[in-house]
Amino acid sequence: MVQSAVARQLGASQVDEPASLVARFGPDRPLVMDCGVDLAPWQIAYQTYGELNAARSNAVLVCHALTGDQHVANLHPVTGKPGWWETMVGPGRPIDTDRFFVICANVIGGCMGTTGPASLNPATGRPWGIDFPVVTIRDMVRAQAMLVDHLGIDSLFCVAGGSMGGMQVLQWAASYPERVFSAMPIAAAAIHSAQNIAFHEVGRQAVMADPDWRHGRYLEEGVKPAKGLAVARMGAHITYLSEKALHRKFGRRLQDREAPTFSFDADFQVESYLRYQGEAFVERFDANSYLYVTRAMDYFDLAADHGGVLANAFRGTKTRFCVASFTSDWLFPTSGSRAVVHALNAAGASVSFVEIESDKGHDAFLLDEPELFATTGGFLAAAARSRGL
Amino acid sequence: MDATTAFPDHLPVRSDHRLVADMVEPGARVLDVGCGDGALLALLMRERGVDGRGIEISREGVSQSVARGLSVIQGDADADLADYPDDSFDYVILSQTIQATRQPRQVLEHMLRIGRRAIVSFPNFGHWRIRLELGLKGRMPVTEKLPYSWYDTPNIHFCTIRDFVALCDEVGAQMERAVALNASGEPVRVSVPWWVWNLFGENGVFLLRRR
Repeated sequence: MVQSAVARQLGASQVDEPASLVARFGPDRPLVMDCGVDLAPWQIAYQTYGELNAARSNAVLVCHALTGDQHVANLHPVTGKPGWWETMVGPGRPIDTDRFFVICANVIGGCMGTTGPASLNPATGRPWGIDFPVVTIRDMVRAQAMLVDHLGIDSLFCVAGGSMGGMQVLQWAASYPERVFSAMPIAAAAIHSAQNIAFHEVGRQAVMADPDWRHGRYLEEGVKPAKGLAVARMGAHITYLSEKALHRKFGRRLQDREAPTFSFDADFQVESYLRYQGEAFVERFDANSYLYVTRAMDYFDLAADHGGVLANAFRGTKTRFCVASFTSDWLFPTSGSRAVVHALNAAGASVSFVEIESDKGHDAFLLDEPELFATTGGFLAAAARSRGL
Repeated sequence: MDATTAFPDHLPVRSDHRLVADMVEPGARVLDVGCGDGALLALLMRERGVDGRGIEISREGVSQSVARGLSVIQGDADADLADYPDDSFDYVILSQTIQATRQPRQVLEHMLRIGRRAIVSFPNFGHWRIRLELGLKGRMPVTEKLPYSWYDTPNIHFCTIRDFVALCDEVGAQMERAVALNASGEPVRVSVPWWVWNLFGENGVFLLRRR
């Protein structure tokens, strides 16, 4: 009954029985979380592409961003849209599925089949809601490491991701240096800035201000805070773009009308676009998951975990890094990537860095950016040579 | 695309690159500031087995270097050397780049701080061809090796070999080796006086260390 409510609300039964591979971990293998909870049982949903070679040395782990999921390079089972990083991952792409075995898993706290607040709490038989333990980036990475173990893979050829995915890449390199041959954190940072925490808080407050949020228990009550989550998405979406990109896309053009209506209708195309983005988002994403995953990003401060010195997170690492940022990205600006590069240099790590000219804002990492593909493709080809792939 | 075929390593090695490579001890830690497409770093890694890093201002240069398997960050000598810790490299190389920096003196000081040794190669503005252009024609020199007009050149701080020697004195750098290459890329004979170097050397290559 409750389960079917969850399924109905997410448009498909993706929470407990996703259209993905699932690794399930029983009470004997709990996920040890930063907040002090040992989560068990739990599960992680993932997709794979390409073939694992006999030496098990060609695996690439792709980490997804805040509202992404494991469907990196296949049609999405809920929206029917292409995978979120098909420009980067696929046959002949920089992360070439003809050469590499690509794994992408839904993060812990997510809502696409990995255990999260919409999953059933076995202790109560009801969805976890906000009783779910608060998740960190390190918890996400620990969960992925257990999946990689489960797949019998010792060392990953590469861990790659953008935005929150890039945070996970950095955490992987810090937590499991001997398991990461190469790392590509893109449009990311080692710390979530005050400005970014502030934007997240606005989003969370929008969700919680929706009367249908019901203190996080909306799934049992058969409702969902669609308005609040849509507003959160609208606000966040603006931060993913640049002023220039918004202007180029919409300018001050009116939506299906000749003149302003002197009302609060969506007169402007940009309003109509944001409303659409908000409405589409609530069809595929759980509101409580949004609270948890944004919170995980807020808590991310890799230097703080290493005595306040970011370089200490990478001391002695043999991982080779390729860091990339975009000129018009004001959410994860180049300065954040440069701080990572400086720390890696100070730690004597092997690091390459490129700032890509783009006016598309933070979203550029998901878009067709030939300069990004040239650099990352060259980096991976060279890394593959030195690993003998 | 296989990057090895894109950047063949059998191209003839530039004489100034060859000279720099001869100055570097095998297995050293090397930072190449302004590494361009990574040709010198690749040579040093191939022939001297160095642990090499690069800084390059152009994204194209960074991409080409990264595709060769080099570790290169996009940045510039004026802004980014300050972030490197003391003594983090055995050699810091500035190959054909000092004339394009805004603060050549600061760059040289940082190089000597970051590296145990510094190697600087640069086009000698005291070469007779250049003197001829400026002295007789009265125009800013545009030559095959320095093809830019004065108004669009990235080279804002040209110097002669003697100017550079004076700067080394000022920043307290000790010259371990100094070589001038003539227009054919041959070293100018060692026994000749400075003014001959300054007139016939097209490139100066200096191996320096802190005094």
